[in-house]
Amino acid sequence: MKEIILKVISQPTVGLEAENIAPKVFACKSSMEIAGLPIYEGNRERRLGDFFDVSGEAGEAEAETRIVIEGDVRLTKRIGQGMRAGEIHIKGSAGMHLGSKMRGGKVTVEGDCEAFCFQEMRGGVVHIKGNAGNYLGSATRGNWRGMRGGTITVDGNAGSEIATFMKGGKIHVKGDCASFAGVHMNKGFIVIDGRAERRIGAEMIGGTIVANEVEAMLAGFKPVETVKAPEIESEKFTGNYKKYSGDHADSRAKGTVWVKIQ
Amino acid sequence: MELEIKNGVVFDPLNKVDGEKKDILIRDGRIVEKLKGKHDVIDASGKLVMPGGVEIHSHFAGGKETAGRMLRPEDGARTVYPKRNGLRSGSGYSMPSSFTAGYLYAQMGYTMCNTPAMPPLFARHTHEELGDVPIVDKSAYPTFDGNWFVMRYLKEGDPDKLAACVAWFLRATKGLVIKIVNPGGTENWGWGKNAVGIDDPVIGFDVTPAQIVKGLAEVNERLKLPHSIHLHPNNLGKPGNIETTVETLELCREVKSANARQTVYLTHAQFHSFGGDSWKNFESKADELAKYINRCDHVVCDTGNVTLDETTTMTSDGPMEYFLHNLTHLKWVNKDVELETAPGITPFIYSRKNPVHSVQWAIGLELALLIDDPFKVLLATDHPNGGPFTRYPRIIAWLMSEPYRRYYMEERVHKGAQKGSSLATLDREYTFSDIAVVTRAGQAKALGLSELKGHLGVGAHGDVAIYDIDPAQVDPSKDFKAVEKGFAKTAYTIKDGEIIVKDGLIRATPQGRTYWANPVVDHELDREMLKDVEQYFKKYYSVNLANYPVQKEYLKRGREIQIDARDVK
Repeated sequence: MKEIILKVISQPTVGLEAENIAPKVFACKSSMEIAGLPIYEGNRERRLGDFFDVSGEAGEAEAETRIVIEGDVRLTKRIGQGMRAGEIHIKGSAGMHLGSKMRGGKVTVEGDCEAFCFQEMRGGVVHIKGNAGNYLGSATRGNWRGMRGGTITVDGNAGSEIATFMKGGKIHVKGDCASFAGVHMNKGFIVIDGRAERRIGAEMIGGTIVANEVEAMLAGFKPVETVKAPEIESEKFTGNYKKYSGDHADSRAKGTVWVKIQ
Repeated sequence: MELEIKNGVVFDPLNKVDGEKKDILIRDGRIVEKLKGKHDVIDASGKLVMPGGVEIHSHFAGGKETAGRMLRPEDGARTVYPKRNGLRSGSGYSMPSSFTAGYLYAQMGYTMCNTPAMPPLFARHTHEELGDVPIVDKSAYPTFDGNWFVMRYLKEGDPDKLAACVAWFLRATKGLVIKIVNPGGTENWGWGKNAVGIDDPVIGFDVTPAQIVKGLAEVNERLKLPHSIHLHPNNLGKPGNIETTVETLELCREVKSANARQTVYLTHAQFHSFGGDSWKNFESKADELAKYINRCDHVVCDTGNVTLDETTTMTSDGPMEYFLHNLTHLKWVNKDVELETAPGITPFIYSRKNPVHSVQWAIGLELALLIDDPFKVLLATDHPNGGPFTRYPRIIAWLMSEPYRRYYMEERVHKGAQKGSSLATLDREYTFSDIAVVTRAGQAKALGLSELKGHLGVGAHGDVAIYDIDPAQVDPSKDFKAVEKGFAKTAYTIKDGEIIVKDGLIRATPQGRTYWANPVVDHELDREMLKDVEQYFKKYYSVNLANYPVQKEYLKRGREIQIDARDVK
């Protein structure tokens, strides 16, 4: 695997629309060509080289290309949009819509990521070492078909409404989670190692959520049983867990929420 | 401004021109016999020349159309049209935004489009939006299915005042046609109920759907409106609804036509040709409807083809949309309109793998192939309910090519389509002339605008579509892909003698006309009827009567069709 390094020269005050920062676009291109790729600053077309110092060499194919971004790209949006293979490593914080509609490959973020990252993801492996913003792994506005595959691991905390309309895949939040985690969830698996705020699993009709602590359960959830050291989705958990079914606000409710008994 | 279109292969069914090499001459926006001076020349040799397309039924602008766009941001994100070449940006796959709709229609060679369900209360909005649909001529059909005035006069048995009232509504809303959607059912929906059969009572009014349909059909002829009533019967989209459909059409058999045309226009007939009594034994009854329409002269229908796409359904039939929402559990909007009607909107995914949807796909084509006279069955998808209008080229290719249909039948759609319909046994193939009928000439004739639209005779509007298909070279049966591609984008679209589209690119965006009917009834009768209207507005409407009618000046380029109906006393 060959590596392209993008070193941040400057970040503008308005967002950059940079769906061209993706292994598929970079593959088979020289660093000169990559620096000449168009990206948008607000509604103005600019060159990638205006904002990044490009070095290294791209691979022959998408899967052979690794992109390393050195610096903070909080205002650069849509990095790795629709990627199917390859690797992106961001050694700082990432902007909105990172890896949206991603189908494969690997993304690592050393810092935090902003809202709307990995929307409607279908595959791949993601590791966020800082905190994640709102709408992580959710459906885009209006859509009822959310994340369908892949895994996302967040070492820090996550924002509100993560995994809306989730239909598959796994999200693991090692810290706390704001409200409405897994709203409208249909399938898939969410694990929250910390504390989840209110309205967890609202209107979920399928899928599984495991939380260490929950601020309050919605009225639509019915307690089913208490299990000691349960095995959930072929993962072992230690301690006693209370199992809820729901959300019975919808007649098709077949979701499950597990909450650890402290 | 003068224009000569030379050497094209012309298909103009209303003037009995069937693929002849002929020159078309246009001066001052009209087709003429001779040109006077210097003029532009388009060499159309080896190209297909047809009159500009006429769309008789497409929900491309209006109140619920806008609500549908707001309901589905994901549909907007699916297809985006950037701002380019002086054109406005736009978005939407199943529901393109207003400007984009005008561009897309023009690129396909259409020069007139009609939005078929305008709740009278939304008339102002509709005309504002129509003003933002460039290029094409247009009109709107106000809905009368659950109109309290109509039902009241029907109950009281006052056909004169009913006629005067309908005339007033057409004038006030600047509408062209009497549209009826699920008669009575939309009023009952206010009570959480529906009207399934033509004899179900309408709650609070003591009338039946049959009375509404027949009453309005008679009024339509007394007012001598250009088009007949435009009817979406009860019980749309339910298995076994063919009975209701035929019963409803039968109601208009005895009505005498004022303008020597049909007395009832059945729209999206595909959704009304279902057999069976559940989704399990669901089957096509297109043959039964086709047999009925072949035998009589008072019905014209459009197909309402299903194109197997993800789309947005929107009708003024609120209870049906709720029924669909319960089937799919997708998001849904109810848009009840006080005293008038009750539209609804919900997304719908027609799947090739679904037996019911596959049969629906077959029914649309069956109807077109089983009804002998193409003037009686027009091409429409009920955009966006059966599929977006951008799929018309594919439907044309299906109609012209038996192998293309067979390929879909055997390899693309669910096998249920073979069992549930007779499409596999039909080998009829449309000719270019038939296509010209079902996409323009038939439409113009059914609308009663065939003096100006849908033909290339002297005096007609200078609206011409030139397609890059050479009928001498292309065998539509075998080269169905070439046909589909050829009809997708015109080589030229000419509107009122001006070149609008060249090689698929839009070069000008003039404002089209908006047609509306103004039947003038006896003055005394009008005054008497208005007294009732005033009283009703004070009592029931949330709008003041003075603010209700849309002023003439409000239309960007209004064209009034004045009709003398003073014999209605």
